[in-house]
Amino acid sequence: MRRELLGAAARDTSATEAEARAEQGALRVRELTASQLLRVSDLEGANPPAALEGSDLERNVRDRVLTTTLDKAVAWARSNSFFPLSFGLACCAMEQFQTAGPRMDIARFGYEAFRASPRQADLIILAGRVSIKMAPIIRRLYDQMLEPKWAISMGACCSSMGVFNNYALVPADKFMPIDVHVPGCPPRPEALMHGVLKLRKLVQADPDLGWRERYGALGTEEKPLDA
Amino acid sequence: MRTTRQPGVSEGRAQVPGISHPDGEAPSGESADGGLRQELLTLNFGPHHPATHGVLRLLVTLEAEIVRDLKPVIGYVHTGIEKTAEDKSYWKVIPVVERMDYLSYYFNAMAFCSAVEALAEVEVPSRAQYLRVIHLELNRIASHLIWLGTGALDLGAVSIFLYCLRERELILDLFEMSSGQRMHTRYFQVGGVIEDIPSGFERKLREFIAVMPKRADEYAAILRSNEIVLERLRGTGPLDAETLLGLGVTGPLLRAAGNPWDLRKAAPYSSYGDFDFKIPIGTVGDNYDRFAVRHAEIYESVRILEQAIDGLPEGPFITTDRKVALPPRHELATSMEALIHHFKLVTEGFRVPPGEVYEPIESPRGELGCYVRSDGSSKPARVHMRDPSFVNLQALAHMVKGGYIADLIAAVAMLDPILGGIDR
Amino acid sequence: MPDAPGLELLAKELGEAALETVYFRGRATLIVDPQRIRWVLGELRARGYRFLSSVHGVDHYPDEPRLGVIYELLDMSRVDRVTVKARVPLGEPVIDSVTHDGSDGPGWPTANHQEREVYDMFGVTFRGHPELRRILMPEDYEGHPQRRDFPVGGEPVHFTYNDPARRAASR
Repeated sequence: MRRELLGAAARDTSATEAEARAEQGALRVRELTASQLLRVSDLEGANPPAALEGSDLERNVRDRVLTTTLDKAVAWARSNSFFPLSFGLACCAMEQFQTAGPRMDIARFGYEAFRASPRQADLIILAGRVSIKMAPIIRRLYDQMLEPKWAISMGACCSSMGVFNNYALVPADKFMPIDVHVPGCPPRPEALMHGVLKLRKLVQADPDLGWRERYGALGTEEKPLDA
Repeated sequence: MRTTRQPGVSEGRAQVPGISHPDGEAPSGESADGGLRQELLTLNFGPHHPATHGVLRLLVTLEAEIVRDLKPVIGYVHTGIEKTAEDKSYWKVIPVVERMDYLSYYFNAMAFCSAVEALAEVEVPSRAQYLRVIHLELNRIASHLIWLGTGALDLGAVSIFLYCLRERELILDLFEMSSGQRMHTRYFQVGGVIEDIPSGFERKLREFIAVMPKRADEYAAILRSNEIVLERLRGTGPLDAETLLGLGVTGPLLRAAGNPWDLRKAAPYSSYGDFDFKIPIGTVGDNYDRFAVRHAEIYESVRILEQAIDGLPEGPFITTDRKVALPPRHELATSMEALIHHFKLVTEGFRVPPGEVYEPIESPRGELGCYVRSDGSSKPARVHMRDPSFVNLQALAHMVKGGYIADLIAAVAMLDPILGGIDR
Repeated sequence: MPDAPGLELLAKELGEAALETVYFRGRATLIVDPQRIRWVLGELRARGYRFLSSVHGVDHYPDEPRLGVIYELLDMSRVDRVTVKARVPLGEPVIDSVTHDGSDGPGWPTANHQEREVYDMFGVTFRGHPELRRILMPEDYEGHPQRRDFPVGGEPVHFTYNDPARRAASR
């Protein structure tokens, strides 16, 4: 199907489009461009539309395709085997247990290896409310984790302030970068699973942008104001 | 190297192998002459630890593997619940206070609602009382299941954790049936419960009642005759009832030491006097007794559930006092007073006459008391939850002094602390 | 709970240490002089109230004396509860700790953490407490959160009506 899309007739328009989007650095687009270039460079006598010439082009193409395929493979492997840090703070930890329990089995997806040491974990699920006494400790744990690492903020208390908007709590965004926020108080195991699977798609560089993608509303996200 | 164990425990239990001096003479404990000098090591069981139940930090002073001193450091999940509760109307305090001891959420709500009912002199109809008892006992079983699961996990029995979670799913299904939420259900309201149980709840509850004792038998069969469990729990962390009473400890910890104090029997509230159930007590007060007492309480709770659902009376599920409880929705279309009551209750909330009240109930961890001070307005002036885990934690140091680190882990597991309640 | 006459008798036996009695909703409260708190609790212990259930604080803003420390006592053999309340002024919030054993009798070990919590949340200093430091808040925290004039705090929620930047962005 891609061959038709990149057929000689459509090549020009799709190429400019692809270039435009390639500037945004989308992985899939780079991959598309690279494979298009590869296919085109295979054809004898064809004029490659890319900006690179000759040996540069060949090297670029070889690197691009290799890296992107390797990247993709690595991302697939990483996303299917998160090692969550066994880290529960409060009530959400109880629902985190249930997610690891027999009904909503997190092991189905490969994430049952909860590691106690942050050095061995790559996913920290902040399950529960973060108090001001605990925040520096969580930051330290997060710093001790090795790259690549992701963070899920589970529940309303750490994502926003939750039920308790008072002196004792800190929203997790204030001291560490969070990849996925899971709403709920506490979120059902299904909701946590949904959040983890969203992270999985994010890691596979195929972020699920949800309804914004379907309705063409990209760019309408509310940006956090600098406090 | 001398081995110090608590008296009454068999001496042959464990000898720490002596660290022998190159000359062949075993050194004495802390003296510097002749043998190897030993220092006390202070180890930090940090707030992030797989075996502390929640974010509990323990500063443990060790001599080789023997615990000499223990200092708990808490406050890592302090949420300012009591302060937030002063800012909200009485109705809105219920979900805030529920999230305190996050495994026994119905008990938190029950303590608070009982205190406000005492202050506002609101009668709870008997159907509501029975429904409350049903949910309280279900919550007790759920709390004991998590305790058993995580406790066994600490000891190394990982499969029990999954079995307990499987049973807990049944209970959470029942909660979802009656209130729509699995945890923190806001089911208890001042004056009764928010909604009557739906049809199908009784059938599902009876299925649960039939199944739970068998599952509890399974856990006993796996754990009770397991040599590792017995070795780790028998004789470790003993504490006698006198010390426990001085430390203010109540609940299964006190009952394991032989004192049958249970508020459900001593000062029955919410129709607990109608039910026939036993109080399991232990003899020695070691970790094994604590385990056995809580395990036996599961059976007793199932008995209470059976009697409650058998004898569930007809009647209203919340008080008919419209100044405190919302009128049923169908009345809003026809009655002006109902509309006004609804409006006032939802916007401002009900006012409670000024006064102070302390209302204790028996939670899975001990005496859970709620102190409410009202100044006549629609928001409480002070809400304080006397959490059992907060007080029971003081007993931990006494339990493990002179024991091994492994006994410390078992003691923390059998103590059943819930940090949400400790830190509030 | 001792009934109302029983409470009055108790207060009479305690003499001038008992400032006031309150019998409310079937529950008995004795308001006592904070200087005599150890003696009062010892006397009650001699009368059978041997279990200290709870030690907690309350802020009677704006009435002085503002800070109150409340002791809940329980007699297990008769299932009897009595509340003892001691009020200290904000200017000098000091009261004797009941945790440690003293020359005037044994202490109540259960009050250890609970008095630390009252100190942390209200700022009441307990004389003689073995280890009076903050228990729930970080060690270097300033302020006593549970006092009524301490703000609830929290993160502001930005709506368009209270945040000019959002109002500008939404236009």
